[in-house]
Amino acid sequence: MAHSVRRDAPELPDFSLLKRLARDQLIYLLEQLPGRKDLFIEADLMSPLDRIANVTTLKQHDVDKLYKVEHKPIVSTSDQLCFLIRPRIKTVKWICDVVNADKAFGRFRRYKIIFSPQKFYACENLLEEQGIFGDVTTDEWSFYLLPLDDDIISLELPEFFRDYFLEGDQRWVRTAGSALHLLHSVYGPFSKVYGIGRCSKMAYESWREQVEEGEQRARQAEIGNVFLIDRDVDLVTPLCSQVVYEGLVDDIFRIKCGCVEFCPDVTSSDKSIKVMLNSQDKVFNEIRNEHFSQVFGFLSQKARNLQTAYDKRSGMDIKQMKTFVSEELKGLKQEHRLLSLHIGASESMMKKKTKQDFQELLKTEHSLLEGFEIRECISYIEEHINRQSYGIEHLLTFSNLKQLGLLVEQQPGETLTVMESRVGKLVNDKTAGKLTDAFSSLAKKSNFRALGRRLNLVPKSDEEYDLRVPRDMAYIFSGAYIPLSCKLIEQVLERDGWTGLEEVTRMLNGHEFAVTAGSNGSDARVKTDSQRIILVMFLGGCTFSEISALRFLGREKGLKFIVVTTAITNSARLLESMLDNHA
Amino acid sequence: MIRGKPDEDDYWNSSKFKAFTFDDEDDDFTRLKESKRAVNSIRSLVEEEDEEDDVEKVSWSGEPVGRKAKTGSFQSFSESFGDPSIRNYAPELRKPKSEYKDYVSDWTPEETVKRMQQGKVYSLEKFRSLQDKLLLLDEAVNAHDGNVITAVLIYLKKSLSKEILFRELITREIALRHYIHYLKEIGEQKLLVELFKSMDRTEDMALMQYRDHLNVRDENKKRDFLKNCLSFPFSPDDATHVQDHYTLLERQIIIEANDKQVESSGQADIFKKYPRKASILNMPIITTLYYSCFYHYGESDGTFSSPANIRKTFRISDKQFLLTCLGARAKLKAWFDVDALFTTKNWLGYTKKRSPIGFHRIVDILQKNNAPVQVLQDYVNLVEDVEQKISLAQKYKCHDVIINTYRDLKDRQQLIVYRGKVERGSSEYRKIEEILSNSQLRWKN
Repeated sequence: MAHSVRRDAPELPDFSLLKRLARDQLIYLLEQLPGRKDLFIEADLMSPLDRIANVTTLKQHDVDKLYKVEHKPIVSTSDQLCFLIRPRIKTVKWICDVVNADKAFGRFRRYKIIFSPQKFYACENLLEEQGIFGDVTTDEWSFYLLPLDDDIISLELPEFFRDYFLEGDQRWVRTAGSALHLLHSVYGPFSKVYGIGRCSKMAYESWREQVEEGEQRARQAEIGNVFLIDRDVDLVTPLCSQVVYEGLVDDIFRIKCGCVEFCPDVTSSDKSIKVMLNSQDKVFNEIRNEHFSQVFGFLSQKARNLQTAYDKRSGMDIKQMKTFVSEELKGLKQEHRLLSLHIGASESMMKKKTKQDFQELLKTEHSLLEGFEIRECISYIEEHINRQSYGIEHLLTFSNLKQLGLLVEQQPGETLTVMESRVGKLVNDKTAGKLTDAFSSLAKKSNFRALGRRLNLVPKSDEEYDLRVPRDMAYIFSGAYIPLSCKLIEQVLERDGWTGLEEVTRMLNGHEFAVTAGSNGSDARVKTDSQRIILVMFLGGCTFSEISALRFLGREKGLKFIVVTTAITNSARLLESMLDNHA
Repeated sequence: MIRGKPDEDDYWNSSKFKAFTFDDEDDDFTRLKESKRAVNSIRSLVEEEDEEDDVEKVSWSGEPVGRKAKTGSFQSFSESFGDPSIRNYAPELRKPKSEYKDYVSDWTPEETVKRMQQGKVYSLEKFRSLQDKLLLLDEAVNAHDGNVITAVLIYLKKSLSKEILFRELITREIALRHYIHYLKEIGEQKLLVELFKSMDRTEDMALMQYRDHLNVRDENKKRDFLKNCLSFPFSPDDATHVQDHYTLLERQIIIEANDKQVESSGQADIFKKYPRKASILNMPIITTLYYSCFYHYGESDGTFSSPANIRKTFRISDKQFLLTCLGARAKLKAWFDVDALFTTKNWLGYTKKRSPIGFHRIVDILQKNNAPVQVLQDYVNLVEDVEQKISLAQKYKCHDVIINTYRDLKDRQQLIVYRGKVERGSSEYRKIEEILSNSQLRWKN
């Protein structure tokens, strides 16, 4: 909107190359099973696949019918089956069943499994145990990185969070290293790598190893610096309700792979429509990073401008009208469509949020962050849990806040224990297992308060915060809180390392690093440009609010941030991944 | 498939293959063609290192081998190297089979792990002594690659007795967590239970077994399953929880059977007026209480389905009970019941309205259940904080409350302002007029 953009901000690298690489490799792999074949695709690979190839591409390479993997007996009549899946035991088990059923039926087919982004030994071992190793050929589709937008790249691996942080399984560490390696070989060489967290450190090491294994071509770097961060360094930020437009849309409608489905309520028609949300959408691009309170004003201004543009027609002669129709009308119509969509979405979100006392929820969250009126906050949350106007996820939020040290000021809470045992465990009796266990594996020492003071995360509440002219990253939470993750990034870049942040890293459990990866002596201008492009990799997911905050930081400092994340997350997704309630 | 092939560098640099390298220079692909038959005869030996025999067969179609690279994308550079034919062409120069095996197995734990990470051929069979197996495991853990850690664990699972493996895992936390996750994923419940047991993690064991109730569909079987769980060594907290879970399901089964019958027989009005949308089985406790307040209000404490009995059995707090009950009765527009929820009598027999929750919240809930203004205003009136009271009254258009409050505050100015907001000639307008013209009142402004 009205942000002053520093003119010297460098251009972002072109990430469409990543899509092309992935598409070419997929075609190559499909050709490894010559002839007509049916393709079974893992449900959560469908959207990523959609972003890089279409059905025609697949058909051109002899794919006959397409099916979604549904873990049920299949109906295909093709004598060649290809499975495009994530390396998951459950899916491989299903394939084993399919193959063995064919065998029992005396039916001969050829099978191929393409694992994305890589295969696991455990999967191959299952094929062996089920007696079909050899009947089935396997391949790897190294589709590590999906560019969701000009500055967002996702690994689309939401299970990364659960596998690593809850189960303690390091199966994706090398994957993260390989993703980094891919970026390094296409857009590097990186000159400086910073990071914090155990997983970051391991991913960094894995990447270094892969660099040493392969050969490095000398090329001009497009990305100079890298920052790796573990999600568990900052779990508070993703648990906060989002109030920046894009984050709010994600919280309410759930953006999936850069695409959102707006319900009839939004489209004010009888059907819902799917909309791509990225910088190509000119209206969205201008409001995505704005605090929600600013969006209405912007949209109505935009609507007035549009009206004026349409009104120009009235005084036109035929010739002018002709030019207008051929040159402007299409653009105006497009803008009109987008505008009405986002106005519809805003209205719908307003309605939903008013209904659930959003204002009070925010007030409570902010008080918790400030460590203020904790008792009132607790009774507020308790009541909402009692009324069940909150879902189980909010209950967990509560318990999590306690473990994170946000609620330490409360005397060892009888309220909490009673509530947890009564509600937490019985509200959803499907929630088997000890939730608290899951949390204690996440919990850090109660350091949030001290960190907040040291890093000035919570601005003084008595000052007015003008959301129209944000003065710092706190604007993404209405001026109440600067996200810890982004603050760390800002501080480390400013200091070019961790010097002076010793106390902070100690409270965050250490594992911080800053390594000069050795840069080549390319010409000075290019070098400085790439130095101001910073790739931030979130291991375990990041939120749209954090991305907005980094975009803000970039504008302030004349930097460009590229966010690489294992998946886009938010409070609901984070907590759902902790619920282990599937049989 | 390319990853499945042995690393060329290792081949050419290894001293054992010196003779091989030497001869390489004399050879070319033409000779290869001639010895095709001989090569085919040793395919069984080669297959161990090549997963992809289909492709091989294709490439053996008699065409020059180099042609195959034409399909290659960025992977293709390794194809010309990796093509198995290059190293298989001279059977007479190959080491005897036994020696070849030796060679494959000569990698150190470190090399083996590295090869596994890179997807190259490896062999774990040579790691036979316990010490070697553990060295390999520790090396995998040091490499931070979960995929390899699990692969090694699968090998150890096959080649060590579980007692020994469990014992060694106790001191290896990272490997242990991978093992537990692996067993969970492949669904080896029994082994997992044994693992927990051997490590004295009996609570984990109990929870693991309890978790299996998710797989039981039939409600009676599930109830029996839960009953069986009661004897497991849970922590005290969990034990209470499981007991509650069992009691709840047992009760839901009884209620469901009864209500289903009553509903279909058409005996009770309440079911006719508000047909049940779903069965109560497996619903959470609060939903069950709500259901009970909705369909079984006023039943005596003795019946399983009565709100009072559920409240007592599951030790539901006052606040929680009130909120749930309020929601249910308000939904039915049973305003008398709502009223009764808050009415208490003191020892002199006076009645007074009390609530464990602020009345402003009660107003909120009632309003969401479409309570009429006459009902709402009673509760708005009970809000203690005057400002809050007025703002709520304004929000819900409880004119009487506002007017009376301003009158009690003797705030003539506000009353005049408010007169401007109501409809001229309406009853509230007349009421304001009446008060303003009352000469008895002493206004503060």
